[in-house]
Amino acid sequence: MAAGVPRRRRTAVLLAVAVLLLAGPVGCAGAGREKGRTTTVTVGTFGVFGYRQAGLYAEYERLHPGVRIREEVVERNDTYYPQLLTRLAAGRGLADVQALEVGNVHELAAERGEKFEDLSRAPGVRRSDWLPWKWAQATTPDGRTIGLGTDIGPLAVCYRKDLFRRAGLPTGREEVGRLWAGDWRAYLAAGRAYRRHAPAGTVFTDSAAGLYNAAVHAHAERYYDRAGHPLLTNGPAVRSSWDLAVRAARDGLTARLRQFEKNWDQAFANGRFATVACPPWMLGYMQEKSGPAGRGRWDVAAAPRPASWGGSFLAVPKAARHRKEAVDLAVWLTAPAQQARLFERQGSFPSTPASYAMPQLARARNPYFGDAPIGPLFAAAARGAPTLVFGPREQQIGAAFTDVGIPQVEQQGRSPRAAWAAARREIENAVDE
Amino acid sequence: MTATSPATPTTPAAPTTGTLPQDPPASRGARLHRWDVRWGPYALIAPFFLFFAVFTLLPLLYTGWASLHRIELTAPERAEWAGLHHYARLLRNPLFWNALRNTLVIGVLSTVPQLLTALALAHLLHSRLRAATFWRVALLTPYATSVAAATLVFSLLYGRDHGLVNWVLGALGAGPVDWQNGTWSARLAVSSIVVWRWTGYNALLYLAAMQAVPDELYESAELDGASRTRQFLHVTVPSLRPTILFTVVVSTIGALQLFGEPLLFGGAGGQKGGASHQFQTLGLFLYEQGWFTYHLGRACAVAWTMFLLLLLIATGHGLARRLLRKDG
Repeated sequence: MAAGVPRRRRTAVLLAVAVLLLAGPVGCAGAGREKGRTTTVTVGTFGVFGYRQAGLYAEYERLHPGVRIREEVVERNDTYYPQLLTRLAAGRGLADVQALEVGNVHELAAERGEKFEDLSRAPGVRRSDWLPWKWAQATTPDGRTIGLGTDIGPLAVCYRKDLFRRAGLPTGREEVGRLWAGDWRAYLAAGRAYRRHAPAGTVFTDSAAGLYNAAVHAHAERYYDRAGHPLLTNGPAVRSSWDLAVRAARDGLTARLRQFEKNWDQAFANGRFATVACPPWMLGYMQEKSGPAGRGRWDVAAAPRPASWGGSFLAVPKAARHRKEAVDLAVWLTAPAQQARLFERQGSFPSTPASYAMPQLARARNPYFGDAPIGPLFAAAARGAPTLVFGPREQQIGAAFTDVGIPQVEQQGRSPRAAWAAARREIENAVDE
Repeated sequence: MTATSPATPTTPAAPTTGTLPQDPPASRGARLHRWDVRWGPYALIAPFFLFFAVFTLLPLLYTGWASLHRIELTAPERAEWAGLHHYARLLRNPLFWNALRNTLVIGVLSTVPQLLTALALAHLLHSRLRAATFWRVALLTPYATSVAAATLVFSLLYGRDHGLVNWVLGALGAGPVDWQNGTWSARLAVSSIVVWRWTGYNALLYLAAMQAVPDELYESAELDGASRTRQFLHVTVPSLRPTILFTVVVSTIGALQLFGEPLLFGGAGGQKGGASHQFQTLGLFLYEQGWFTYHLGRACAVAWTMFLLLLLIATGHGLARRLLRKDG
């Protein structure tokens, strides 16, 4: 091969590499920077928040010419949150608006509060718009509010009318609600009644861990007390919810499933269980997994005790590139009118009581769930839910019960005593530095 | 490389250094040449070592430094000296010992059947077969499948309520097995994914080594009246010894780093490796400590412990090789 050709080719390759190396970073930087007079505001979320699907971004862009919104979605908070933590520490790579999960928001307010804008002072924010407990969750000890509440997860119990009828239980949603009103132990009693005449192949509820979550979130103090002292495994809420879950598992009232796993999905389709504690965000999921066959069979009744399970916030990091625009967007997206529209489209339940009187909620009925008046039903639970006290490593502590202790009893047949010890060990490993 | 150097009048095989002082006009070129011969190779391998330093050595050392500090993911820029605290705590942590035990058990459960099957498959492929290429390609397909895809399919097969494996067991009259929740069943299931993925790869390595064994050895063995099995045991296996040792080392390293299969087999919250950590490997334990309980310092200590374990195994391998050489 002649010497000249490879050299020319080599030069070309070198040039190409150089162009790529230079263009890479420039291209990336250019995408976020102002092009002409357009500002691109980025929104980082975990999972589907539904703003785009509900047309809220499009409307905001229409109201604010010169602003473009780009969403960066990470599917799971498990991945999203560690990424957010490293980016906060590095002070770069952050989206202009970052969504925060309720299990993390206390930790962030306590340990990283200085990295976020204080949104309580943002123009257009009225503290009284939000449920007081939602507002408190994202507020630092020195009174700065790092996140504006988006959705919450007021709890209800979804039940199968057809299975209840065949088991000889009442089927109207008021009667069903009365069946266990006030106490989750009454819910277990209903479960035992169901078991006596259970249609073949069905059990009362899906999973003991789901029951634990529903029960424990009705208590203000769970793993920490109001003064911030760790209760961990010593709190009465944890103890009573644990007993409830273990009892359900050992009485054979559960289908021994793990929520959001394949088996769980299949059990919806096959009609394996008659009840599940359901926040509003679960209804869409249930409808999808139960399929057309479940239409009109499911209904929604009030949970034994009002509680909130799950929920999110929108925050603006100080290191955001377009802080002002980001604050404006976060304020607009979390305003009562927008939250009501999001509920209509996505089923995310507003954390702003002003939304509850809006037609999207007040008149909301879910045809799949027997035309249940889901707006007023969940709003009652939201108003009654306690101000949950959160502390550091909240998620890990909860997982010690729902992913380790309870499944050990329910699915691996271990003694409650051994499983409790395992959960304690798990918490020790998570909390101790 | 040196042949293209314009200052070299002779072949590169003849060192020219001795003639340099007597040849002043050529000395500049010759000095360059000498420099080239001496440092050229280093310059050429330098890029690799540069990358090695940046992406392997530095992180390795930094991990070592971090393992001696208290660093939490919630505020990773704050590092507080902790000495050997993390290591001491690991030794007292039953979850660490559980992960180590699981790693070894799953390692043995997956490596031994894997290599034995691979050897047998290679032996079969070595005999003349129709469509040999097809069989070889078929063997390699599991290796070309992504861990994620393979594990997802296997988790479906091992499903408790609607899995194919339980359906077959049911047809045979055996009760359904809760694969993921049983201690041994879960370990077996994870091992089976590893075996499925890597057997073909190892078989091809063995096959290549078998094809390098001289035919005369087999001919003389045949003249001596050795059966196919005896030929395999007394000719093939001894000739394959270096390859076998190599695959053992590589599989051991792979087993110690086992991560993707158990993680995905566990579904949501897979980093725990099951409700009682029954299939949590060291890799998963590290991941859980760092990215789920946010103890970065402790995770680094786990990483270094794994590294030291590998060094230990490498030393063991060196000793074994020396012993084997003495044998031969």
